[in-house]
Amino acid sequence: MTRYAEKQTCISGIGQSEIYRRPTVAPFELAVRACERALEDAGLSASDIGAACCWPPTPTGSGSGQGAASIADIAASLDLKLNWHSSGEMAAQLSPIVNAVAAIAAGYADHVLCWRALGERWAPSYGSAAAATGGNPMMVPTGWMEFLLPYWAPSAAIWIACHASTHMGRHGITREQLSAIAITQRRNAALNPKAIYRDPITLDDYMAARMITTPFSLLDCDVPCDGATAVIVSRGAAARHLRQTPIVIEAVGAGAYDRMDTWLARSDYPHMAMHDAARMMWARTDLKPKDVDTAHLYDGFSWLTLLWLEALGFCGEGESGRFVEGGRRIALDGELPLNTNGGQLSEGRMHGFGHLHEAVLQLRGQAGARQVADAKVSVVGNGGGSLGGALLLRRSD
Amino acid sequence: MDGPNAPRRPLPNVTEMNQHFWRGGADGRLHILRCADCERWIHPYAARCPACGGSRIAAQPVSGRGAVVGFTVNHQPWTAGVEVPYVVAVVELEEQADLRLMTNLPDTPIEAVRLGLPVEVYFEACGGIFVPLFRTAKAAA
Repeated sequence: MTRYAEKQTCISGIGQSEIYRRPTVAPFELAVRACERALEDAGLSASDIGAACCWPPTPTGSGSGQGAASIADIAASLDLKLNWHSSGEMAAQLSPIVNAVAAIAAGYADHVLCWRALGERWAPSYGSAAAATGGNPMMVPTGWMEFLLPYWAPSAAIWIACHASTHMGRHGITREQLSAIAITQRRNAALNPKAIYRDPITLDDYMAARMITTPFSLLDCDVPCDGATAVIVSRGAAARHLRQTPIVIEAVGAGAYDRMDTWLARSDYPHMAMHDAARMMWARTDLKPKDVDTAHLYDGFSWLTLLWLEALGFCGEGESGRFVEGGRRIALDGELPLNTNGGQLSEGRMHGFGHLHEAVLQLRGQAGARQVADAKVSVVGNGGGSLGGALLLRRSD
Repeated sequence: MDGPNAPRRPLPNVTEMNQHFWRGGADGRLHILRCADCERWIHPYAARCPACGGSRIAAQPVSGRGAVVGFTVNHQPWTAGVEVPYVVAVVELEEQADLRLMTNLPDTPIEAVRLGLPVEVYFEACGGIFVPLFRTAKAAA
């Protein structure tokens, strides 16, 4: 298994800004802070960085919104000299990491700075009626949205709810079972000082929450926020003497084996691109699901986490409802601690990089009050619909 | 959703790749691309058949019949002027399992929408575009 380039790379530094529900500090400033903190964490300086990767493709100078910091923006603020840079799509929120591995394998860089910067509360109309693309007569749906947006379906909540209804209906999964995701993650968030929502919720709270689009209530939807996370991916040999214990990238998953041009055309609907990412990831390692100590699985909507559990093989097809029921198995002291930082449902929508950051903290033993004892292997799965990426991480010792 | 102040559906630009779908409903039928060699239906556009590699691909009318395989009752007022709740559904056409369309079922009472509900297509004309919508199939009504 040594022929895979990611095994010769590691995560050498992480940094994260404060996380704000309401506009407080400019999102671009938060992005720069996250990058500075990652450099400081690794013990590197900006002149050590040879390549940079972010996601999604971000217009330079936007400073807020879905992507609050482009590569050109960060390069200007940190005076980066880059042999290579990419904000390509590929593996959803984990694309920067997959791209960074490729840049190191190609010899472009020893250290690659990656980030995900959100300024969603600052997006001019986020969450308002006008933000719905349907409310804007100038919006012309293109790409995979062409066949979705005309149906008063401006939100991923609706697209993913359709998939969830198929899956939950077929397998008899109930909202009571689904509630374990939101309730367990909120319990974890109580131990995370950065989390936006830290007060515990009960099953009654969950069942009484305002419905957004069935089967998703407000508590099944993640929390838009301002914040940024940065990660430095390094050549293993170049990271041995840095400040932190290197966290080895054991396997990446970026597979796309079925149609991506609508969210509905996959031969195995309601499966998603995550199933391909998971398949590719496990094909590149001897480790198995039973070896995983903590799981950090995308929860833009709670049901996506159920689907990730199935896609990664932690339970069988259609068994995720029973797997999480009651929350004991996925609790901090359960057999598979899940989204230990509270996830995007409670910590805030750090959009995949929050999960990656938490996985690294757990493997380093730096997760504080929510530390899972002796965590050695962690999995991160990000994305939904036609976007999916997965990483298997392990301690180097 | 009718009337002079009704919000307009966000509609794509019509191109060579999608015109069969968005303009085809002018004759009251739903048009989907099909491989002339192996008869596989293809949606959305592809220039080679994913099943046989054939390049003779052209639109043909389908029956317009299918079944609801997924749906959500949306309660969130995303779009000013669009009354909530409303249903957004995924319909699988009877011709082929992976021919799935997102749609609305404005003529079907929300409480009647269920997985497996047989439905049939009809069209809402918006400018030069004919938006495929679905309603409970007559045989099943």
